[in-house]
Amino acid sequence: MAEAESKLVEGATGPWEVIIGIECHAQVASKSKLFSGAATEFGAEPNSQVSFVDAAMPGMLPVLNAYCVEMAVRTGLGLNAKINKRSVFARKNYFYPDLPQGYQISQFDLPIVGEGEVVLDMAEGITRTVGIERLHLEQDAGKSLHDQDPGLSFVDLNRSGVALMEIVSKPDMRSAEEAQAFLKKLRTIVRYLGTCDGNMEEGSMRGDINVSVRKPGGPLGTRCEIKNVNSFRFVGQAVEYEVGRQIDLIEDGGEVKQETRLFDARSGETRSMRSKEEAHDYRYFPDPDLLPLELADDFIETIRASLPELPDAKKARFVEQWGLKPYDAGVLAGDKASCYYFEKVAEGRDARIAANWVTGELFGALNKLNVEITESPVSADHLGELVDLISDNTISGRIAKDVFEIMVETGDAPGKIVEEKGLKQVTDTGAIEALVDEVIAQNPDKVEELKEKPKMASWFVGQVMKASQGKANPAAVNEILAKKLGL
Amino acid sequence: MSDLTQLDIAGARDALGKGDCSAEELTNAYLDAIHEADPLNAFITVLPGKAVEMAKESDARRKNGEAGPLEGMPLGIKDLFCTEGVKTTAASHILDGFTPAYESTVTRNLWDAGAVLLGKTNMDEFAMGSSNETSYYGPVRNPWRLEGDDNALVPGGSSGGSAAAVAANLCAGATGTDTGGSIRQPAALTGIVGMKPTYGRCSRWGTIAFASSLDQAGPMTRTVRDAAIMLGAMAGHDAKDSTSINTPVPDYEAALEGGVKGLTIGVPEEYRVDGMPKEIEDLWQRGVDLLVEQGAKVKTVSLKRTKYALPTYYIVAPAEASSNLARYDGVRYGLRVPGDDITSMYENTRAAGFGAEVKRRILIGTYVLSAGYYDAYYLKAQKIRTLIAQDFKDAFEDVDLILTPTAPEPAFGIGAKTDDPLSMYLNDVFTVPASLAGLPGISVPAGVSDKGLPLGLQLIGRAFDEETVLRGAYALERAAGFTGKPDAWWRS
Amino acid sequence: MLARIAIKDDEVPPLVGELNQILDWVAQLEEVDTDGVMPMTSVVDASAPLRADDVSDGGKRDDVLRNAPDAREGHFTVPKVVE
Repeated sequence: MAEAESKLVEGATGPWEVIIGIECHAQVASKSKLFSGAATEFGAEPNSQVSFVDAAMPGMLPVLNAYCVEMAVRTGLGLNAKINKRSVFARKNYFYPDLPQGYQISQFDLPIVGEGEVVLDMAEGITRTVGIERLHLEQDAGKSLHDQDPGLSFVDLNRSGVALMEIVSKPDMRSAEEAQAFLKKLRTIVRYLGTCDGNMEEGSMRGDINVSVRKPGGPLGTRCEIKNVNSFRFVGQAVEYEVGRQIDLIEDGGEVKQETRLFDARSGETRSMRSKEEAHDYRYFPDPDLLPLELADDFIETIRASLPELPDAKKARFVEQWGLKPYDAGVLAGDKASCYYFEKVAEGRDARIAANWVTGELFGALNKLNVEITESPVSADHLGELVDLISDNTISGRIAKDVFEIMVETGDAPGKIVEEKGLKQVTDTGAIEALVDEVIAQNPDKVEELKEKPKMASWFVGQVMKASQGKANPAAVNEILAKKLGL
Repeated sequence: MSDLTQLDIAGARDALGKGDCSAEELTNAYLDAIHEADPLNAFITVLPGKAVEMAKESDARRKNGEAGPLEGMPLGIKDLFCTEGVKTTAASHILDGFTPAYESTVTRNLWDAGAVLLGKTNMDEFAMGSSNETSYYGPVRNPWRLEGDDNALVPGGSSGGSAAAVAANLCAGATGTDTGGSIRQPAALTGIVGMKPTYGRCSRWGTIAFASSLDQAGPMTRTVRDAAIMLGAMAGHDAKDSTSINTPVPDYEAALEGGVKGLTIGVPEEYRVDGMPKEIEDLWQRGVDLLVEQGAKVKTVSLKRTKYALPTYYIVAPAEASSNLARYDGVRYGLRVPGDDITSMYENTRAAGFGAEVKRRILIGTYVLSAGYYDAYYLKAQKIRTLIAQDFKDAFEDVDLILTPTAPEPAFGIGAKTDDPLSMYLNDVFTVPASLAGLPGISVPAGVSDKGLPLGLQLIGRAFDEETVLRGAYALERAAGFTGKPDAWWRS
Repeated sequence: MLARIAIKDDEVPPLVGELNQILDWVAQLEEVDTDGVMPMTSVVDASAPLRADDVSDGGKRDDVLRNAPDAREGHFTVPKVVE
């Protein structure tokens, strides 16, 4: 495995290196909020999941959710990071209507998780190691709607107080692809661990992307933060646009201003945001309503012992144990449910064929239907049966694809479909010979052409397959044709 | 009927228990007294209907044999405690109209013990003040006045309304909160007992926050016994308050009569400040003598960093307050003053809603937390706080209680110090250190000034050792024999 | 300004005077040697109490909105914020 090289961007004045760091906000998959007992379900009636604590009523106080602490530690372990046995909650003070307390309870000097790292598979044999600076717990803010009324903004505090894990990377990414890959990897890890559902459409995972450019070997440039990017595609687009914007700006003689920007999906551009707190002085101080969090060794070890096999380990095992190509292993390891499915199909069968079918036809069908593998219309057992039917030559690979389509539609077992539709492969050499003879007899001119162009043989194969309604065993057809045509 | 208001909590408990009077009669007696006491301005909200209703329910409970420790006791509640369905103001314009849909844990405990709500007492705005002159609802007048002098005196603050109400027999007892002395100092200035328990002893849930690491609820009563009874009902662990301590509440009343024989009383030399009025010094000495007469030993102790306590407090408390008061923004409750955009709405609302002292403290607090100043001010103050707490810890190796004056002077005239914030802050010089260290402290009326105004002495104890503090206070109270009551000039 | 309190021009000088007086006074803390001293994060000598992940609150929209100066359609409203 080799570490990726920086992909440089060509500007008018020469090549530029892109430096990217990401702050990812991942909502903890807990039932209640970080400091209050209100529910966290997505899509509820406005202000129906708000306690007096979340609404910052006078005299209200926070109490820490144990499950959120556990999930943060679990995620930290999944990032190969240091767990800080003592951490402190701090207030980040600023005014905004979706922040009822006038401060966000977050962590500043002493976060619950320290340094770690994540390895990204970029291309076959190439990786990028991205350092993790820290992970801390903090409250999410509520939601403001600005388009309900010409003069008013509407505020819904359902999300106010929901637990977020803020995962801060080191500025180790060098391209839009790496930025996307990083977020995808984070998503995979938290879903594996069950600490976050990684649903970017619902906002349970979002990224703030920090982008700067510099001449290779030169000093770091000024960075801009693109806030709240909520899809992988937008991450790529936003970074591409921002890099271009900054390079153009500098090459035209301007200076990049440090600022917060928003990505506008419609135009594909980033634009400057009117700052939430002009002075950006959050006046962090330890929250006097909370006591320092102390974690015992056995608390941490119990969590460590309960971790599932993580994606990187799984990928390595798939390569070693099942003999898969690293790329396929990587694709499967990207999702725990897919691994489980795959291993069921692969058990006692040719793993490579199984991998091909899962990552190829099955994933293709799932994408088209827009369902997760957990809701696959084709069960792992049935797919396994299909693989068996191919392996023992009952049907050809070509026919298998047709059968698979029917399996997707009906959910029936492949054996049943093959029987009902009479799709069994014809391997009876006598029958094939008869077909071959017929095709040869009916096409004397083509036989003549064949003498000049040997590649025409494939046309004959095609004709025989057609005549057999695709059921002839292609290998047998080739063999018999070759004999009969003297190839 | 007015006889009934002369009963303290222990006395009323007796009378109610024997059936000499009903809770309803007792409550009505207090409501009449309050009605006649408008000039004191001790109450922001009086609740005759609710009080009588609660009293009737209490009488019914008693009939059923379900009497609690404070059954039928009519109390004044400082308007910093959120009371469900009852307007709660923190004496601020910015909470106009705010009616909480929840009950603070401390007051919930009192109602569960059978007590009756007479009304919400006046206070300094958001508990910031030492004279009850910063209230949006006007200053409270001390029931005590100088002989032959009509001028109104301050009752102390911030729990000035509660202090005045107790001193003028407008309630059997009252709740206060103490952040830097706001229970103890007004108690001293009005000749009553006021106790701040150990930080974490009473829940802060539902108590409007001023400075989270310092605020504590406590009883304000006529006697030490009454304070023990009330504290027993108010205190207790609350899972909704992360800073609330999970240790059982002892029977404070049972601890009272232990006497001080064998206890060592510490006298901190640094509390003898320059320019201390002689009458305060004399009272302090008298307190020492009285306790020694009772069998206590005396020892001089050194609390080295005492002189830095006040400035430390005036960094830490405003810093926390500036953050705690950020939620008062006109969005979800209280006053809203319109603005062209959200920022001007915030600025206009807070400018109109907060009084001058509150604004000063928010600005100081914002400043000491801001980038470039945090280390020099806030962080430094928090380190000194550790040292101050250590000073006490060291002293308590050798002594069981520490005796000091409560306030540096008796009640002063309304308006006498309002031009000079700093001179007002100096009122807290003896009370602030125990607040910073989170230790329990009580003020006991122990004598009168040269001009006949009440003076108090403070006893400070170890963390969670309220029993010894109350024991010492009980002995001091009996020995000092202060029985003064102000003339009820407000009735004329 | 950071505290979101509007101050009129004529209020500024006396306020600045008062604030400076207070700040000068608290500056005497510089005299104290605090090397190696940990700042007090809490008077309470314990660690954070934790609660179970149960949905035990919320579902009281009317109570939450009851005191709002301007609530509409189940939301709090404020003058329009431009991002």
